[in-house]
Amino acid sequence: MDLRGGVKVRLEILRRVNAQSEPYLQVIEYTPKSKNDTVAFALSEINKGGYRDESGAEVSRIMWEHSCLQKKCGACAMVINGTPGLACGARLSEINKNGVIRIEPLRKFPVTADLMVDRQVMLDNLLKLEAWLQTQVKINERQAELAYDASRCLQCGCCLEVCPNFYAGGEFYGMAAGVPAARLIAELAPDDGKALKRGYDKHIFEGCGKSLSCKSICPAGIETDRMLARSNAAAVWKRIFGRCQKQR
Amino acid sequence: MRKVIIIGAGLSGLACAVTLAKAGRECLLISKQVSERAQSVLAEGGINAALDVMGENDDAALHFEDTMKGGCYLANEEAVRGLTENAPGIVRWLMGLGVPFNMENGRIVQRAFGGQKKRRTAFAKSSTGKMIMSALIDEARKYEAAGLITRKPNREFIRLITNGSECRGVLTADTRSGQCFEEHGVSVMCTGGMNGIFPGVTTGTTANSGDAAAMLYLQGVRFSNLEMIQYHPTTIAIAGKRCLVTEAARGEGGRLFINKGGQRYYFMEDRHPELGNLSPRDVVAREMFFVRRESEGEGVYLDMTGIDESVWLRRLPDLREEIKEQTGTDAKSEPIPVKEGIHYFMGGIDVDTRHRTSMKDLYAAGECTSIYHGANRLGGNSMLGAIYGGRTAAEDIIASYGVQDGQEEKESVHSLSEEYAAEADTGLIYRIRDILLSGLGIVRNESEIKKSIAELSLLKGERQYNLRERARIELADALLECALIRRESRGAHYREDYPKRDDERFGSMTYAQYENGRAIYGFKGRSEGEA
Repeated sequence: MDLRGGVKVRLEILRRVNAQSEPYLQVIEYTPKSKNDTVAFALSEINKGGYRDESGAEVSRIMWEHSCLQKKCGACAMVINGTPGLACGARLSEINKNGVIRIEPLRKFPVTADLMVDRQVMLDNLLKLEAWLQTQVKINERQAELAYDASRCLQCGCCLEVCPNFYAGGEFYGMAAGVPAARLIAELAPDDGKALKRGYDKHIFEGCGKSLSCKSICPAGIETDRMLARSNAAAVWKRIFGRCQKQR
Repeated sequence: MRKVIIIGAGLSGLACAVTLAKAGRECLLISKQVSERAQSVLAEGGINAALDVMGENDDAALHFEDTMKGGCYLANEEAVRGLTENAPGIVRWLMGLGVPFNMENGRIVQRAFGGQKKRRTAFAKSSTGKMIMSALIDEARKYEAAGLITRKPNREFIRLITNGSECRGVLTADTRSGQCFEEHGVSVMCTGGMNGIFPGVTTGTTANSGDAAAMLYLQGVRFSNLEMIQYHPTTIAIAGKRCLVTEAARGEGGRLFINKGGQRYYFMEDRHPELGNLSPRDVVAREMFFVRRESEGEGVYLDMTGIDESVWLRRLPDLREEIKEQTGTDAKSEPIPVKEGIHYFMGGIDVDTRHRTSMKDLYAAGECTSIYHGANRLGGNSMLGAIYGGRTAAEDIIASYGVQDGQEEKESVHSLSEEYAAEADTGLIYRIRDILLSGLGIVRNESEIKKSIAELSLLKGERQYNLRERARIELADALLECALIRRESRGAHYREDYPKRDDERFGSMTYAQYENGRAIYGFKGRSEGEA
């Protein structure tokens, strides 16, 4: 369906006033300004005011998190037509199903208002994982290559949303922690990062069911399987084999 | 121990926090959103430092000269000296934090950037800002675990808590509950550029609303260099904003042209043979404006088709992907239409070389300040300025305040008075933007600027405004007034009615200060004029 020339799209937005209140579905007819309009753009336009929903009620300000609008900051992750993704990367002309687009907040995090969720658990998990370098490093090109790919992680949470093994507060931290950890594990100085490697073993390696749903959903296109393979080798296998060799 | 309060968790805020923490000082890192959402992650091309790894006999003195010249000698000389001399150490520190800069044969490499005669820009493909931010966020986490950095995301800066001309701390509000927090202590503003004064038309983020700058201005903090707004030559329109095409595209061989009489006219190479497509941004943006005007409606294109496949792969992969995604064009096989877009604010909070503002116990660092870039910022100097600025502010705080110095640490919680709580009216924000755009374009003149000032004055009298709205109007007014009094052309400020540079009369930065309901404008260190 071509949305050029002002063909309306029906936005079904799952809203709620705050964490305590009941959710409700608000339906708004939106006429795209161009074929490049994204969900993020539509939300901004609606928030400029003057829109009414299908019952005729004025649409109050829709709460949603946003910042860069070009898929580089991860702020505007939400569930669009059932799939998690960035609102700024979702073109209305490409994603609508028979003219309908359903917009909901991410489901694995507590909703704070409308489309805004609290992703604090991601920060907490990285802290618990001791995701940092204790000492300065000197990396080579091979390390830099993996570090580059891992450092592109947006901390948007889309991978956790589709992960069959992750739930907030659980022992498994998911690839939102696994990818930043992969950067560090790739770069660690030989004697650094013992706690991080142990944490990786317990909170990433052990809990990962290898569904790799994270790989296909990542808005940054990070190859999570490659991250896992490299980190598993450095943090888990080498440790185990090292121990075996010592016992022998 | 007293906690230092940092507002903003982007590059300058993180650099400040990490420097304080490393010295054992505690700080609060307060931000609207987490660091991953900061505008710093958008920085693409690289960071300048005279590492002298390209066999071109580069040194800090040359970096200093290029920076001063690029800024048309408005920047603070002593500060730029410190910036450029410390740049190699900063890049080496970043390497030690694991930032994956591009390397060849095990050694860091640097690329050419605008306004510089040496290859001096260290880079990580075309996502340098994101790479540096990821490493700094991890570094900050180490100190967070040690209890030295306390991150407070989802908190918006509302206003300073002042006592006469002293800053006592900040008032912030939770972006979710609206609940307010008073925090007392030495404060550092790291709030970024004032993109939100020009909503929808800059390359920046929506989180940079400009509200913090506006409120500081209304509270009497001195600003300077406000008329100096950088239009980046190569941006593309995307939904809701302008998207940057990094200067590295030209650094790696991209060429600008316009169609003229059925031929491609490579105007930068013709008109500026020395630096060509890599002339400073103000020069390129202005030429684009002129050639477009001359050829009546033709657009300017960026031709990157001559760039080697291996360069695309190793040095610009994200850029190619992004352009394809946003425009549907593969820049490897056909030229892309580009236009100038507002990209950076050289002006902002006036600071001295130690990053102290005009208000006692208040510091500022990063794009929200004006000290290093003068009339035009060189590509690759913004991240450097942010890191060096944040670090310098922290070092001065460490040296100037003992751990027991300062006011009683206090946190009180209450809800915000209506005056402050109310969001600025969206319609008003866009009206102010349009008034500013007509006065503060790439090419300016007295009558347009005066017309904008008059329109703003009419708008001012239209109704009662809340404090947030008033602050925005006053700051907008200051931008225009500073552009009005600089009756010459210099860097990003080009006046068609005064096309020449006039060092005699205008060789220093403008300043603007709001005091007792009245704004004062003038030139720093020169005669003071009142508005």
